[in-house]
Amino acid sequence: MRRALSLWRAVVVLAALLGAWELYVDLGGATALILPPPHAVAQSLYDDRALLWSSFLVTAREVVLGILVASAVALALAAVMHFFASLRRAFYPLMVASQTIPIPVLAPVLILWWGFGIGPKLVVVALVSFFPIVVTTLAGFSAVDDELIKLMRTFDATRRRVFWMIELPAALPSVFTGAKIAVVVAVIGAVFAEQAGANAGLGYLFEQSIPQLLTARAYAAVVVMSVFAIALFALLTLAERLTVPWAYRPIGDLAG
Amino acid sequence: MPAEGVSHVVIEAPPIEPSQLHAPGGVRVEHVDRTFTGRTGTVHALADVSLRAETGEIVTVVGPSGCGKSTLLELICGLQRPDAGTVRSAPAALMPQRDLLLPWLTALDNAALALRARGIKRDEARAAAAPWLERFGLHGFEQARPAELSGGMRQRVSFLRSLLAGKPVLALDEPFAALDAITRAEMQGWLARVLASEPRTVVLVTHDVEEAVLLGDRVLVMSGRPGRIVGEVPVAAARPRRRTDAEIVGLRERVLRALGVSR
Repeated sequence: MRRALSLWRAVVVLAALLGAWELYVDLGGATALILPPPHAVAQSLYDDRALLWSSFLVTAREVVLGILVASAVALALAAVMHFFASLRRAFYPLMVASQTIPIPVLAPVLILWWGFGIGPKLVVVALVSFFPIVVTTLAGFSAVDDELIKLMRTFDATRRRVFWMIELPAALPSVFTGAKIAVVVAVIGAVFAEQAGANAGLGYLFEQSIPQLLTARAYAAVVVMSVFAIALFALLTLAERLTVPWAYRPIGDLAG
Repeated sequence: MPAEGVSHVVIEAPPIEPSQLHAPGGVRVEHVDRTFTGRTGTVHALADVSLRAETGEIVTVVGPSGCGKSTLLELICGLQRPDAGTVRSAPAALMPQRDLLLPWLTALDNAALALRARGIKRDEARAAAAPWLERFGLHGFEQARPAELSGGMRQRVSFLRSLLAGKPVLALDEPFAALDAITRAEMQGWLARVLASEPRTVVLVTHDVEEAVLLGDRVLVMSGRPGRIVGEVPVAAARPRRRTDAEIVGLRERVLRALGVSR
């Protein structure tokens, strides 16, 4: 609770920024159609709540499913690469290469290939979010103390038992670190995928609202995305505290 | 999985009962040479090192830091192979210098780790380890995480973990080096009492001359880089020993002289 309360500094900064923005539009820095003032965005959040909610559900589904796919693939890939150095050498460079392809380039290609359904969105979300999980998990596996492995060998532990008893639990905090990075980029990935071709979702709503000059609604969609990403991050932090309390240090949670 | 060139006795059914934990077995290290080649150059760790420990004997090896003591223990445990010479040992369990307790396990589960490593079921392993925790003065701390234990307690759990591996030989790598002087003195007395009631073949390496003399039946003195045995001091003093006993003090001086420390 104390840590949640310590967020007040961030709230003060946010309020100051919003105030400055409101004032800027008020004083004629930009017309409300180009740059909707915060109160108009708030108004849209309320007026368009049904539309925003249904769009949110679509995007949330893509993001959550995409992250689940990414986590499963990332954990399996990291484990395989940890066990077989030759496979690591074969796959690691390709994995890095996969991250250098810009998503705005890749998304339309996938849509063209697989259509407007959820499939291509999942691929895009998974593609951007599996990478941080693989990298941190792999680092977690290899960070296990060499002495500990030797100790287990004198206890006649098989390679498999060493993995399940030592390496996997030891790497869990790293998995969480990767997942926390992943959830934030996953939301970005979903929006790109929707903009490349979709008929629902927050990214789609944003894309549609701009040409209709419903800028306040577009901004409202962005607010919902942000809040969603922050909520996912907070949820993971909570899960981390509950599952690996022995490794939890209150650095890198929302309250900084 | 024993390394080639190291003969290991395979214990078929892992013993759990304390009374069964004791099995015969000695250690023979003969004319062993070990050299490491790394990026920073070549390190001659051990040169013509021989060591014998009979069943139930406590051999302490004392030498300066970096004299290849840990390498010697890893050879005995079958974690390394000698470049020359032979190593024959009954199965040995290592007790590392740092306790290396798993932070996510309770004291009880940490102590039972060696049993779990052999595939013994969780409940069975816990049931086997629990009475030992009590014997080791850890009653009431079964469910404590390592972070909640004192340095001495952690070291006792670590020792218990290696003891419960059920190997006839224990290879102790500077077990108390990380402790403060007062706790270290307590733990030395504690280990002497435990080994009196639970005899094992023990090879203990240390850089603490007093510890070597207090605990060992025989003290081997090692020189640094390359590590070689430069002296052997039998300790016939009766147990329990006190560090103030004239005999112990005299032997300590002898070991120090063998190490080349004169005053």
